Amino acid sequence: MVKGVEAAGIPVVHMCTVTPISMTVGANRIVPTIAIPHPLGNPALEPEEEYKLRRGLVEKALVALQTEVEDQTIFE
Amino acid sequence: MRRLELGHINITDIQFGSESKIENGVLYVDEEAVKAIVLEDERIKDCKLDIAKPGESVRITPVKDVIEPRVKVEGRGGIFPGVISKVDTVGEGKTYALKGMAVVTAGKIVGFQEGIIDMTGPGADYTPFSKLNNLVVVCEPVEGIKQHDYEPAVRFAGFRVAVYLGELARELTPDKVEVFETYGIMEGAEKLPGLPRVAYVQMLQSQGLLHDTYVYGVDAKKTLSTIMTPTEIMDGAIVSGNCVSACDKNPTYVHLNNGVVHDLFEEHGKTINFVCQIITNENVYLADKQRSSDWTAKLCRLLDLDGIVLSQEGFGNPDTDLIMNCKKIEAEGVKTVIITDEYAGRDGKSQSLADADVAADAVITGGNANQVIVLPKLDKVIGTLDYVNTIAGGNEHSLREDGTIEVEIQAITGATNETGFGYLSAR
Amino acid sequence: MIKVVHYINQFFAQIGGEEMAHIPAERHDGEVKGPGAAFKAAFKDEAEIISTIVCGDSYFNEHLEEAKSTILAWVKELNPDVFIAGPAFNAGRYGVACGTIADAVQEELGIPAVTGMYVENPGADMFKNKVYTVPTKNSAAGARDAVSKMAPLALKLAKKEAIGASCQDNYMPNGTRVNFFEEKRGSRRAVDMLLKKLADKPFVTEYPMPDFDRVAPNPAVKDISKATIAIVTSGGIVPKGNPDHIESSNASHYGEYDITGVTDLTEATYETAHGGYDPVYANEDSDRVIPVDVLRDMEKEGIIGKLHNKFYTTVGNGTAVASSKAFAEEFSQKLLADGVDAVILTST
Repeated sequence: MVKGVEAAGIPVVHMCTVTPISMTVGANRIVPTIAIPHPLGNPALEPEEEYKLRRGLVEKALVALQTEVEDQTIFE
Repeated sequence: MRRLELGHINITDIQFGSESKIENGVLYVDEEAVKAIVLEDERIKDCKLDIAKPGESVRITPVKDVIEPRVKVEGRGGIFPGVISKVDTVGEGKTYALKGMAVVTAGKIVGFQEGIIDMTGPGADYTPFSKLNNLVVVCEPVEGIKQHDYEPAVRFAGFRVAVYLGELARELTPDKVEVFETYGIMEGAEKLPGLPRVAYVQMLQSQGLLHDTYVYGVDAKKTLSTIMTPTEIMDGAIVSGNCVSACDKNPTYVHLNNGVVHDLFEEHGKTINFVCQIITNENVYLADKQRSSDWTAKLCRLLDLDGIVLSQEGFGNPDTDLIMNCKKIEAEGVKTVIITDEYAGRDGKSQSLADADVAADAVITGGNANQVIVLPKLDKVIGTLDYVNTIAGGNEHSLREDGTIEVEIQAITGATNETGFGYLSAR
Repeated sequence: MIKVVHYINQFFAQIGGEEMAHIPAERHDGEVKGPGAAFKAAFKDEAEIISTIVCGDSYFNEHLEEAKSTILAWVKELNPDVFIAGPAFNAGRYGVACGTIADAVQEELGIPAVTGMYVENPGADMFKNKVYTVPTKNSAAGARDAVSKMAPLALKLAKKEAIGASCQDNYMPNGTRVNFFEEKRGSRRAVDMLLKKLADKPFVTEYPMPDFDRVAPNPAVKDISKATIAIVTSGGIVPKGNPDHIESSNASHYGEYDITGVTDLTEATYETAHGGYDPVYANEDSDRVIPVDVLRDMEKEGIIGKLHNKFYTTVGNGTAVASSKAFAEEFSQKLLADGVDAVILTST
């Protein structure tokens, strides 16, 4: 799916937990996330902490979108 | 040396009776006694028992687990250690199994992912459990119960019933006895010099509340990859707590009768030295995937293995665990054959696995789970058809007006099993 | 009686070798030529070759359109039940001609076709995914073997019977996976394969690893504070109740949902349709899968230009790669039309 968006000419960042799959399927901008059932959250945290965690990840995604890449890149 | 004798008690028929007993291959079931065992758990409100025999016009759905009753006759521990019996190392001594039958748990759906067993027709060809006499336990939960509370309730009820029925065989004489012997590491190397050292690496589904497997009662997601004697699973050391797609989850029956273990034993001492079984998990965190696959590769190296068979459970992100394991184990110089299944789309034209690597050059496939099948209307349904449209492999149009069901074979219990339990394949 | 039209080159028609490769197409109704005799024998009384079409290899490839249209017109008139081309063995131009004409007959006339050639024949790579192509030896010494496989496949196609897996009906794997029941169960096949691998003996994998293609990255977003960002997910987040019935596995469609005015996803309003992971966490708070709350705040704070008012969702679980590709192609056009500058795609 990520490749389809990229092929349409829209820059796309793939936020996912299993980055090896993301690499295999050909995403170019990859941000690793927390866990499969809750990629952008952590139910063990208090709501405010969890929001902060999510916001941090989204900020990383925005950095990825603003960064020129030539090859598949994981933004740790 | 560790030795397990597995006695087969052949069951050719199941009937309800006033007393539970096995006579001349017929299992008589006291309905009330079994119900009482199921209802020991207060999370279960009611239960119904039914019998489904091969060739009957019967559909069982939604199926949760399939379990073969067994009893530990000699040796340490009991069946399902850490779950039903006390924790104790099993896999030695004498065990009897009720062959040709199973306890099937069914009832109101737990997750999305429960299966269909047809006892006749085209669907029956796809499930190994259509060939068994099945005692079906249909459970109904108390109102307002959470999915993850109800799931273990049904799981444990099935195990309790299986153990109860297994006990009926304790004093019987088996129809057939299989003997499985394994050696210690040094002992095996001395006894079977020159034979390639082979292990079975089994990946256990461990992705979350409704996708779990238990090893001696421990949730597999909280384990590190470890070593087992291959006979331990024959006493129920591994049980299913799983609701992944019905086609490629391993019901407890499959753990008890694991085909790879059985077929490696057939070659043990002849063409290979079957050293051990290695179990590992399929977790949702990338770090876990990396750690677990590092450990399987490390164990393969420590054991000086020459080759392994690697089996998967489930699909999607576990494809990554599969490929990681394969890549790392091959990199240790250990020749690897993997067993998986495919999600190649209804037309068979799509990419079959979510991950891939050139190291995976020896693949056995259980077939394309997206293949569509039309199941005819059958005379009787045990359980309910209420969920056919929402189980994995179904869609909102699955249940058709004429009573036929159009589903992908992923909805059929055991259809594309990835321990190589069935005969389905694809090219 | 099943009617067959057979296509061969000048060499197998015994007209001549390279020196005769320039001859244009000829039509020989009622005649059986070259390997046609072996086909005739293999068909017994089930089928007959009603015409043999011969064309020089150089002529076909150098006058492609002309040769194709002449032959297609003849085949249309003859209206056979099945079209057989070759076998071409390792003859490159002949293989390409067989593939080209067989593909054209299928595509333009709707008549099933079968060809045969050596696996390294360039025609094989070009056409094996379009036309059933039987692998043959690399020389005409393998003619008997080739015909023994092509003839039954041709009959099956003519009778419109279901074609089995490539290993059953003897054609080259063509990118379409077909299920069938093996004689031995999977675990036994795995042990057998391992024994071969351990002994360094040849074995055939049941699933050759695919090559994944790549798409080059797009340029970065210049000014994110003016950019419209859209959310796409394969995590199956849908409005509560899953109004469009997106399947829990192998989804047949995607959802498009308006989030105008939505600042936070709650247990009461959104859930996941995904059947591949534990849904509890996503159902409690779908922001854990698609960060609507964070992006809304960032929109308010001016960090991003705008959060696009629609998000696109499907279930990655067991969903065919081809389907997700098709979904993406479709909704990406909508995103472009709506002026979206960048996409955040989340997966579970």
